[in-house]
Amino acid sequence: MPTENAVEVSNLTKHFGELVAVDHISFQVKKGELFGFLGPNAAGKTTTIRMLTGVIKPDDGAASVFGYGILREGLKTRQLMGIVPEMANAYVDLSAWNNLMLIGELYGVPKSLRRERATRLLKEFGLYERRNHLVRGYSRGMKQKLLLCMALINEPQILFLDEPTSGLDVESQRLIRDMIRDFNRNGVTVFLTTHNMDEANQLCDRIAIINRGKIAAIDSPERLRLRSSGLQSIEVSFDRGVDIEELSKFHGVNEAKKMGDKIRLYVDEPSEVIDKLLDFSRSKNLKIITLNTLAPTLEDVFLKLVKEG
Amino acid sequence: METNLFWEQFTRSLAIVKKNIRIYYSKGPVIIFGLLVPFFLFLSFYIGRNMPAKALIPGLLGMTAFFTATSVGPAIVPWEARAKTLERLISSPVSIWTIFLGDVLSSFLFGALVSVFPIIVGLCIGVQIVNPLILGFGVVLATFCFASFSILLSAYPPTDTPASVMMLSSMIKFPLVFISGIFIPIEELPAWGKTISSISPLTYFTDLARYSISGKGYYPIELDLIVLAVFAIAFLVSAIKIHERTMQKRL
Repeated sequence: MPTENAVEVSNLTKHFGELVAVDHISFQVKKGELFGFLGPNAAGKTTTIRMLTGVIKPDDGAASVFGYGILREGLKTRQLMGIVPEMANAYVDLSAWNNLMLIGELYGVPKSLRRERATRLLKEFGLYERRNHLVRGYSRGMKQKLLLCMALINEPQILFLDEPTSGLDVESQRLIRDMIRDFNRNGVTVFLTTHNMDEANQLCDRIAIINRGKIAAIDSPERLRLRSSGLQSIEVSFDRGVDIEELSKFHGVNEAKKMGDKIRLYVDEPSEVIDKLLDFSRSKNLKIITLNTLAPTLEDVFLKLVKEG
Repeated sequence: METNLFWEQFTRSLAIVKKNIRIYYSKGPVIIFGLLVPFFLFLSFYIGRNMPAKALIPGLLGMTAFFTATSVGPAIVPWEARAKTLERLISSPVSIWTIFLGDVLSSFLFGALVSVFPIIVGLCIGVQIVNPLILGFGVVLATFCFASFSILLSAYPPTDTPASVMMLSSMIKFPLVFISGIFIPIEELPAWGKTISSISPLTYFTDLARYSISGKGYYPIELDLIVLAVFAIAFLVSAIKIHERTMQKRL
């Protein structure tokens, strides 16, 4: 069934007893898109990815991957996917090589092709020298790299990555992010869950923010930042200490926070508050050392949406 | 199309068999419950009793086939649920049937291969096999039946603790050994014993083994084969159906 979207989700819902883990969410992921699914812990990110990858069944709603329904045509949808689950789950009693051969066989990759791909992937991820060692002896970073190799052995059309860089050192995080960018550049659709704002900002074309099982917003990282009123801020520092309470009472200031030797004022209209700051410094005989206006970070937007949710 | 899909899924079952052989054949509980327990149980029965080899070998074969074919299956699902590898299997393009057929086949292979040893021991000590073809076919059918039974044993409750499943399955397996004509031939059991023994699939394999070795069994050989086949299908279908229903609780 031809479709423009790689993933279509409509009213997807999952209950665990009384708890509504995912509450009637709807969204689409375009073919070739790098789509981020951002949310705090227990927001419903992993439950959503587990439903889409056929691990658990939704209680309500529907979802399709490349036009195939996840319930009625589960084998076809899963054939197109590569998956890196949240919990490391390579077989620790098998070697990296045997893990890759197993997954290749489960996806029906012919023997010569899976050997060729396994060799290439293990070399790319720096695991080739230890390919015959049991995974039990691998570090967290090595296991995560192996999981990515396992997800790629069938050359999937869509990659589902559940917190792929969580708990890794900076170097491994950078390697995996670069790899994700490369796969996406080569046409692979990527569905990435993360609670790392910076990661989502760096990688994703669009982001859905989920909180308490509901989608709070979906947009590009830049548009999410721009459309958030009240999150613009002014960072100011004076040559002497000032009472932060006084600044927080200025008209147009929503919140004032001390950030080291600077004060950050969250405002609706920066120019209006800047005038007041200049008047304030003159009246108190203070010298302004720095004065910057800052656009909201994705983190600010995220925290605001989560708080509202 | 359907044939292609069936063949494709069957080959993926074989990948699961290979994985199970590599991981589970050497696991402690499999060695203990599959090899050591039946071996020592048999020794405790044999030592000090003056029994002809012809009478002993069918019992040894029955016990070996039963314990070995049921030792791998119960360990796999809880083990994989705990290690989160079950989730990996479920999210790959294989059906529940494919996964459990792979588990049954790996249990079956373990049982069938180890069952060759008591036959070799019998031949070495001069036991003659009257019906080798029936014995061979019976070993294959019975170990497949017991392997399916072992998957059923791990279906409920849906736990992720292998030790719990092994204990529970032992509580069912040991009584079956005592009522299945292993230690006392069926014809020597009282009427109530014969009735109870008729509900155990192991009874029919032990009877088949006696027929194959000594030329005479308690039940007609056709009945032994049919009952084993019916038990095998019933165990396999019910095991997979129950696993399908309880799978979500394991993930």
